[in-house]
Amino acid sequence: MDNFYTDNPNLKFHLRHPLMEKIIRLKENEFADKDKYDYAFQDFEDALDSYDKVLEIVGEICGETIAPNAESVDHEGPQLINNEVIYAPGTKENHETLTKAGLIGMSLPREYGGLNFAMVPYVMAAELVSRADAGFANIWGLQDCAETLHEFASEEIKKEFLPRFNKGATAAMDLTEPDAGSDLQAVQLKATYDEVKNQWYLNGVKRFITNGDADVSLVLARTEAGTTDGRGLSLFVYDRKHKALTIRRIENKLGIKGSPTCELVFKDAPAQLVGDRKMGLIKYVMSLMNSARLGVGAQSIGIAEAAYREALKYAYEREQFGKPIIKYPAVYEMLSVMKAKIDASRSLLYETARYVDIYKAYGFIQEERKLEPEERNDAKHHNRVADALTPLLKLFASEYCNEIASDALQIHGGTGYMKDFPVERLYRDARITNIYEGTSQLQVVAAIRAVGNGAYLKLIREYEQHDVKPEFDYLKNSLVELTEDFEKLSKQILEAKNTELLDFHARRLVEMAGYIIMGYLLLQDTHRNEQYRKSTEIFIRKAKTECASRAEFIRSFEEKSLGTYKITWE
Amino acid sequence: MSFRIVVLAKQVPDTRNVGKDAMKADGTVNRSALPAIFNPEDLHALEQALSIKDKIEDAEIIILTMGPPRAAEIIREALYRGATSGYLITDRKFAGSDTLATSYAISLAVKKLQPHLVIAGRQAIDGDTAQVGPQVAEKLGIPQVTYCEEVTDVNEDELVIKRRLERGIEIVKSKTPLLITVHSSAPPCRPRHAKLLMKYKHARTVSELVEETKDYTEMMTNKPYLRIEEWSVADLDADVQYLGLSGSPTKVKKIENVVLAKKDSIDLTADDKDIDYLMKELIDSHVIG
Repeated sequence: MDNFYTDNPNLKFHLRHPLMEKIIRLKENEFADKDKYDYAFQDFEDALDSYDKVLEIVGEICGETIAPNAESVDHEGPQLINNEVIYAPGTKENHETLTKAGLIGMSLPREYGGLNFAMVPYVMAAELVSRADAGFANIWGLQDCAETLHEFASEEIKKEFLPRFNKGATAAMDLTEPDAGSDLQAVQLKATYDEVKNQWYLNGVKRFITNGDADVSLVLARTEAGTTDGRGLSLFVYDRKHKALTIRRIENKLGIKGSPTCELVFKDAPAQLVGDRKMGLIKYVMSLMNSARLGVGAQSIGIAEAAYREALKYAYEREQFGKPIIKYPAVYEMLSVMKAKIDASRSLLYETARYVDIYKAYGFIQEERKLEPEERNDAKHHNRVADALTPLLKLFASEYCNEIASDALQIHGGTGYMKDFPVERLYRDARITNIYEGTSQLQVVAAIRAVGNGAYLKLIREYEQHDVKPEFDYLKNSLVELTEDFEKLSKQILEAKNTELLDFHARRLVEMAGYIIMGYLLLQDTHRNEQYRKSTEIFIRKAKTECASRAEFIRSFEEKSLGTYKITWE
Repeated sequence: MSFRIVVLAKQVPDTRNVGKDAMKADGTVNRSALPAIFNPEDLHALEQALSIKDKIEDAEIIILTMGPPRAAEIIREALYRGATSGYLITDRKFAGSDTLATSYAISLAVKKLQPHLVIAGRQAIDGDTAQVGPQVAEKLGIPQVTYCEEVTDVNEDELVIKRRLERGIEIVKSKTPLLITVHSSAPPCRPRHAKLLMKYKHARTVSELVEETKDYTEMMTNKPYLRIEEWSVADLDADVQYLGLSGSPTKVKKIENVVLAKKDSIDLTADDKDIDYLMKELIDSHVIG
């Protein structure tokens, strides 16, 4: 019996983080549901125990059903028949099994049939499902849309749509269009209001829509005729029962082949407005994107974990020159660095999820009562840190995922290049993670703000205050030195007041911040559990060399050299 | 009365992955060295019951097991999957029971529950006897249908059942009350449901409550469904001479290690004649077909 949760003690470790008590108390609003629902938690220990036991179900389904189906799903993929997306048989089985286990709508409140799980255990489930099959994780992970409806839609819409999720409804978020990819402000799909019928109608094309034929779709559309930017866009919810969508095609992709990526044509499709007009992109989609980025972070780590395990097993079994290849420094260094990267990015993932949990929980409490001034400040602080950490997480987790999948394939040698081993699929699946929900380059655009406004530095200074056992002082000292460098160089670039120069160095600065932050997170992990000592040493050593190369580049770079890099196409 | 189904289940040592210490020197199973699990075919039996409940909404599924106090765990496992309630037959006086004594105790319990339908797994992986189900039916004087793969039609009065037999399938119809035993080719059991797990994870038997350090009094009063009933010899009005060692005619005389001898091998080529031969062999030995 394979269980992806019980075979990976790292998850339990993060689930037992000291902050969980605060998160659960806020999320459960002092256990207000205690006597209302027979499955509601009684107290903190009960909640943590339930998270643990439910994740065990997720882990079992991942190990026993989803992972064994991954290969056939990758081969067969979804089909478009009579304007309907038909999932591969394995995908269908995965979805049915998770529905039967009540694992759709995990984070929704109990009044809508959800489990009211905090982000931390929900994101853990996402990591588990992704390790089993990253393509399927998209279909399952789109339950995030339910969370957006819960946060922003009217009572009426919530009552109509939310209870359907726990019964297995699938979702899609229809944002991208042929001419609006990274630049969503350019969305053109038109929403028009029919005064007589008192109804909104959608007309236009959407492209690259994951799970486009879903039961419930969130659609970004232009409500304000004549506008050209994000302020003219609103968010809608469309119900599949209207059958007003044409699915033009399913894309043929490099990886995540089980996940249907559709081109859609809306023709007089009736839809309901979510929240307020004109807030579609600037508020709702931004929030949806943040949770989607957290989701891709989890997906990246899930794929990386799967790839690392494949590589470790192969390196142990494969013998060359009379011994297993894991005995050679060139191979064991790769493996231990892979592991350190996974430990570091996983720590960043759950740190981010904890910040998101706290500010979101305050948001829902606010609907019921006024927050105390200190609660408001606490909420604001956590919101700010979450916004700073989310792009950093997406950037690092997805880039590491690609590096790890590539190294895992490399360890397999020629065999890894063949279709015979799962690592080939993992390598292809990994490639999307640093592209969708905002490319790495766009994550840097979001993250550089946190360099500019000092959010990273402030967080790093906070981490500096955490206790470290004396034997780890030398590691902490390294991070303190790196922080000095980071502070000095970011100041230097910001003070140059040259936007192009800042954009040019942005990734270097953001990555320096990332190395320091993950270094501290690993130090904190090691403080709680010595198991992380090796990864911490390896990672901080890496952080030093990586930061040094970036610092050297920035220090030795003169503004006038920018021209050297400019390229034109004749 | 709602349609009542009793599912017979057994907690067994997981004999599928046995290590060196799986057997004791005296030839009996070393239960402490093997993890205790829900007998696999009993899970298939539970799924049959659950899928009947999908069709008959007010159907009631009672899980019945016999064993030491820790066997309550499989009752919880069944509750997490959708069973309505459970009973644990437990008493030191049952110790050493063979299939005859076991089926005597179980039949008394089933009689108390008066179900329309009793569903059991075909056999348990620790003994592989496949006797308990049929013996219970005999003692109750009700019809039995063994090797069930699917209940294709069901109402309060009769069931239509597809049986998986060595040389094909057989469709039979039987009146209730009835006992069926389920084959491993039947659909596997659905997963544990997150909400049911959270609802029933504190379900306890009286013996378990005694061992608990936490105070369960308030919870048990407010949520009576968390109580798993235990039945002793006295609760079943059982005659002790039919129980335990005295009620068990089966005596283990000797245990032998059997090493399977290598069989002859045959080389086949890819021509039609050889492939025909291979297909016939595979069909005869039930590997396929």
